[in-house]
Amino acid sequence: MMIDALQGLLQGIFGSVFPLIWVLLKIVLIIAPLLLCVAYLTFWERKVIGWMQVRIGPNRVGPWGLIQPIADGLKLLLKEVVIPTGSDKSVFLLAPMFAFAPALAAWAVVPFNDTLVLANVNASLLYIMSITSIGVYGIILSGWASNSKYAFLGGMRSAAQMISYEVAMGLALVVVLMVSNSLNLGDIVNGQGRGYFVDRGLGFLSWNWLPLLPMFVVYLTSVVAETNRAPFDLAEGESEIVGFHVEYSGMAFAVFFLAEYANMILVSTLTAILFLGGWLSPVGFLPDGILWLFLKISAVLFVFLWVRATFPRYRYDQIMRLGWKVFIPLCLIWLVVVGTWMMSPLNIWK
Amino acid sequence: MEFKTFVFYFLSAILVFAGLRVITARNPVHAALYLVLAFFSASGVWMLLQAEFLAIALVLVYVGAVMVLFLFVVMMLDINLDRLREGFWSYLPLGAIIALLMVAEMALVLGGNYLGLFESNVAQAGADTSNVQSVGRLMFTEYMYPFELASVILLVGIVAAVALTQREKRKNKSVDASRQVFVKARDRVRVLQMPAEKRD
Repeated sequence: MMIDALQGLLQGIFGSVFPLIWVLLKIVLIIAPLLLCVAYLTFWERKVIGWMQVRIGPNRVGPWGLIQPIADGLKLLLKEVVIPTGSDKSVFLLAPMFAFAPALAAWAVVPFNDTLVLANVNASLLYIMSITSIGVYGIILSGWASNSKYAFLGGMRSAAQMISYEVAMGLALVVVLMVSNSLNLGDIVNGQGRGYFVDRGLGFLSWNWLPLLPMFVVYLTSVVAETNRAPFDLAEGESEIVGFHVEYSGMAFAVFFLAEYANMILVSTLTAILFLGGWLSPVGFLPDGILWLFLKISAVLFVFLWVRATFPRYRYDQIMRLGWKVFIPLCLIWLVVVGTWMMSPLNIWK
Repeated sequence: MEFKTFVFYFLSAILVFAGLRVITARNPVHAALYLVLAFFSASGVWMLLQAEFLAIALVLVYVGAVMVLFLFVVMMLDINLDRLREGFWSYLPLGAIIALLMVAEMALVLGGNYLGLFESNVAQAGADTSNVQSVGRLMFTEYMYPFELASVILLVGIVAAVALTQREKRKNKSVDASRQVFVKARDRVRVLQMPAEKRD
């Protein structure tokens, strides 16, 4: 209703360029809340980890410390961006953008409910996989352009980790799109809204997480590794090892940080959409809606923080072993199992 | 000029520029990055032809995986830029022959429009069919054996690469992880009972 009225008003003002303005407006409507969420995710993380470690967390700036992320951002903005001598200046400044831009571009095809999506394309899952695979350039280029052996080795380490877990993640997604018979994220969610349990008012048992439980675990672990979060955070490893962004400072460093948190929100949204039924309501007597999607995203994000506060860091060879020798064979086996399941009379995804 | 034509020429201009920079850039890493840009623009051109599966797969496979490994190798190699530029004149005849061959091939392809190379009576698919679906269907029905053959060849390549790196004896002293997870505290830690000693 309100949206229609606004659409009519804008159409009157802008005339023939209206569709362009409308798309731009939608992009802003996605990006601006996203950046705000990124800022407050950092705050939430510090609070949650604080509570888990019986501390209070940030509490000085503003009421309950609520202005802390703004203060942090301002501090980083005002700091000098030091560019090391002998570094490749253009690539050095390009690298943070390579890290951050894919995390934003992927939102173009993310559906928020049945109709609320910027671009409803058929191959949206494929698009997201290809766009997010570009993020690794930020890491590898920043490591190289810094003209420092530490940054370079750190970049190589993180890039190898990200490529390895991308394989496991991709294979887990193959299983998901096999059962939903579509590459469209909206169709994948709608596919989870059918089945035995939905008819009995227990929709959450029909979502992909239960029939594809091993893939859900693989995917969730892989995205933690993909976003370079603890316990796979060898990219940073603040106190023991140095990572690809040792030479970065000020806003250039902050962009890497923003990219990490924006990626966290993105993969949480994808987990909610692919495995947790997106905007579908978990029980029959409550209506579906965008609120459920936000609730599920928050829950997955909380798991990210919880994991960080709980587990010690993995050793590098253990990370690689987990990715290549455990997850990939598991995915391949489960691919065959689900394929057989779908061809048998017990198929539940018709 | 139609907007579509404008987009095509815009992407093509970037593509040609990036392609030129790939061979003229002095720094190999910059050359690789221009190649990434070229892939992106090519993917845009394919998108204009409504080959969305090919366009996305190009980014996913070439930009997302192949070029990253390319960059790995280029960055790891200690390339001496001046040495790389030596011997330009001695390689020129060979390069010129290859260049001429490629120009001739391109002329065949591009000239095909006028010489009737593409006139075929193969039925064209409608606009509403999904690209991904039709590619997948063809690949797993009609072209099943070539497809499987290609995958076996790739597998041989993987096995060969692993075998090449594992030829020498392992030099690092890392512990086998599958044995490591079964280690208990009592295997490594010995608790001693000692009577307290008196200081004099």
